[in-house]
Amino acid sequence: MQKRKERIDRGIKVRSSDVFALSSWREMLYVAAPRLLPIVGLLVLSFTLSIYWQRVLLSVCVFALLAISWDILAQTGMISLGQALFFGTGAYLAGIMNHYWGWPPYITIPLATIFGGLLCTAFLIPVLRLRGIFFSMVTLVLPLMLVRIIEATRIFGGTEGISGLTALPSRWVEIYVLVIVLWAALFGFRRMMNSDFGLILKGINDNDRSVMNAGINIYWFKIQALFIASSIGAFAGAFLTHVYLFVGMPVFALDYSILPIASAVVGGIGTLAGSMLGAFILVPLSEILRGLGGLRIVIYGLFLVVFTVAIPEGVFHYIQRKYHQFERWVEVE
Amino acid sequence: MEASPLLNVSKLYKNFGGVQAIHDLSFDLAEGELLGLIGPNGSGKTTAVNLITGFVKPTEGEVLYRGQNITGRAPYKIVRLGIARTFQMVKPFYQLPAYKNMIIPLCSPRVKQLIGGKYGDRDAVALDLLEEVGFERDAYVAYKTASALPQGYLKRLELAKVIALNPDLIILDELFSGLSLAEVASIVPIIEKLRQEGKSIIMIEHRLKELFRIADRVIVLNYGEKIAEGQANEVMESDAVKKAYLGAEA
Repeated sequence: MQKRKERIDRGIKVRSSDVFALSSWREMLYVAAPRLLPIVGLLVLSFTLSIYWQRVLLSVCVFALLAISWDILAQTGMISLGQALFFGTGAYLAGIMNHYWGWPPYITIPLATIFGGLLCTAFLIPVLRLRGIFFSMVTLVLPLMLVRIIEATRIFGGTEGISGLTALPSRWVEIYVLVIVLWAALFGFRRMMNSDFGLILKGINDNDRSVMNAGINIYWFKIQALFIASSIGAFAGAFLTHVYLFVGMPVFALDYSILPIASAVVGGIGTLAGSMLGAFILVPLSEILRGLGGLRIVIYGLFLVVFTVAIPEGVFHYIQRKYHQFERWVEVE
Repeated sequence: MEASPLLNVSKLYKNFGGVQAIHDLSFDLAEGELLGLIGPNGSGKTTAVNLITGFVKPTEGEVLYRGQNITGRAPYKIVRLGIARTFQMVKPFYQLPAYKNMIIPLCSPRVKQLIGGKYGDRDAVALDLLEEVGFERDAYVAYKTASALPQGYLKRLELAKVIALNPDLIILDELFSGLSLAEVASIVPIIEKLRQEGKSIIMIEHRLKELFRIADRVIVLNYGEKIAEGQANEVMESDAVKKAYLGAEA
């Protein structure tokens, strides 16, 4: 007896599109569940985790934000190898404002977000005309240069860094503010990427001359994308500074540049949600493997290879596809 | 008194290193005129268009549009003035469905300026424009991603993107290349309709037969220089043109 797969998802697709989704609880659930479950899950998880794993979750959220920031740039055709620039600039700005001027975190974090965004955008404006690997190289080099400047001139605490910064009110504030910002960033920027603005950004990635030929100033749009992405990164840096109560040269480390890219690749580029999911896979995985000592990086690398080879489209795209694809086996006569 | 030309190109030069791509090119284009720009491969036709539309900056010379000097201005500024072009190598947004390709020109400041705001339902406007250039309304083709479209539709899409901008001067860079006779025949009426609407058009073409049927005037380029200008049949009789196309007589 031969069997074949039959698709049975037409009905649910029609019933759950547009306003028709409101016709029954089942359809509403079908649409809402993939959004609600992770949101509620993460809020509950933040509450139940031990202090150690809460710290890990903080780190996950930070890398998720960096991955979202990377994804926005990638969708605009700017492949950044220097998320550490955004992260480190935000971290140092918050640290400086707090240490030298005594400003509290609820002022330093928003200001570091905005000015970090502006500063990083200003750094990269001169190379905005570069495309592909040329742009990437500059983003890779900039954070490395900043580290050396801090080291050589011994400004902002030099190699020692700045410590003894003001803490956030409690660990609950830390975790919940970050989780809420993460969700807001994810859904907000997803909406943005699906708007006309996002469409133009994607157009620039696809064919910048064609966008120019529509009378659109692509550099202005690239600057806006750059500001948005670098602000997200700067926020992550500023926030973590007030969690670790320290800022120093490690904030420009390569980890902050490479791990977001790995997250986006494992999770799936182009949806923002995929990049975030990638961070939720990779960062805890790295923690779990900590017991292995020296072999940790080997196993971790192996996981990365397996993920990218087995699911090249990204975990998120895979899950999304399967979720919308109802099938059953039927007999063929 | 003769009306001032819509476009005036005077003494345009472009060198790429040691290569003279355009050498002393001057011509006028009257309002509502269809000008054919022809010449053998590598004669500088596309470079001339790139110089007019700002994608390449000239070494020397001037381009005046409605009396305004637009030489070396950024391409997006030139588009906003009302000059739009298609590309010889089509440049769609491959990841997007055909009708979404239209949204980007419909978001253009040029369009916003013309209609005094945004289109309400841009998808509908996009589908109308696509239908105008031959995307069948009831077929699925307008919803296909651009990467899945055949060449004929990509060329039409390229044309639709230009029409969406409602320009006064349209430059078509080898629109007919790679198309079948039937496809060309179906696009010619669209161009004629644009002319009836009063648009001025410059067409770069290798499909001379089709071009000559609709062109008012033809300019022939060879090695970056204008070697002939005038009515199609006169131009093709010129010895310089015959030599350029057929090679030196033995």
